[in-house]
Amino acid sequence: MKFARVLGTAVASQKYQDLEGVKFLIVQPLDENLQPDGLVQVAADATAQAAPGELVFIVASREGAQALHETFVPVDLAITGIVDEVHAPEEIRNSPGTARWHRTKG
Amino acid sequence: MYIGKVIGTVVATIKIPHLEGRKLLMVDQLNLEGDSSGDYDIAVDVAQAGIGDTVLVIDEGNGARQILEIDPGAVRAVIVGVVDEVSLTT
Repeated sequence: MKFARVLGTAVASQKYQDLEGVKFLIVQPLDENLQPDGLVQVAADATAQAAPGELVFIVASREGAQALHETFVPVDLAITGIVDEVHAPEEIRNSPGTARWHRTKG
Repeated sequence: MYIGKVIGTVVATIKIPHLEGRKLLMVDQLNLEGDSSGDYDIAVDVAQAGIGDTVLVIDEGNGARQILEIDPGAVRAVIVGVVDEVSLTT
């Protein structure tokens, strides 16, 4: 899953039958600093509660469709949660991980 | 699978049922030097990992569904281990 910002809504009155009732939102994927990363996408809203302006997380590929009530649908991106809080301290990002890291010449 | 570093926690009250009661962590994917590669995931944790830990991450839906015992399940990234040591021969 990755972060995304909801930018707006997309309405399609004619669509594949099993997509009836699915809400489509325009989202901007974000990097780990919550800055825009890549092209704008359309995501199905599996929470049914996301709105423009909100920070959400999205799941891509086949798992996008699995988030919806009807899972055999042509969807490859879904909103699976609305973010309340992100805690990512700067000092942790700049510190090495906990594993010992060896490099030897073979 | 890849080796990553846990760099943060994510809290979400409104989420799909597959994620109910699950701990969500931000994981940075590491390169051969053990540094951040710039790619990341929000992953479900089943290995009791914490911030700063070096971890093993699976990013594939079928494996994730087996681990979490949900089907269907809209989850791909799961932290499945805490890595103690990485040894590379170059």
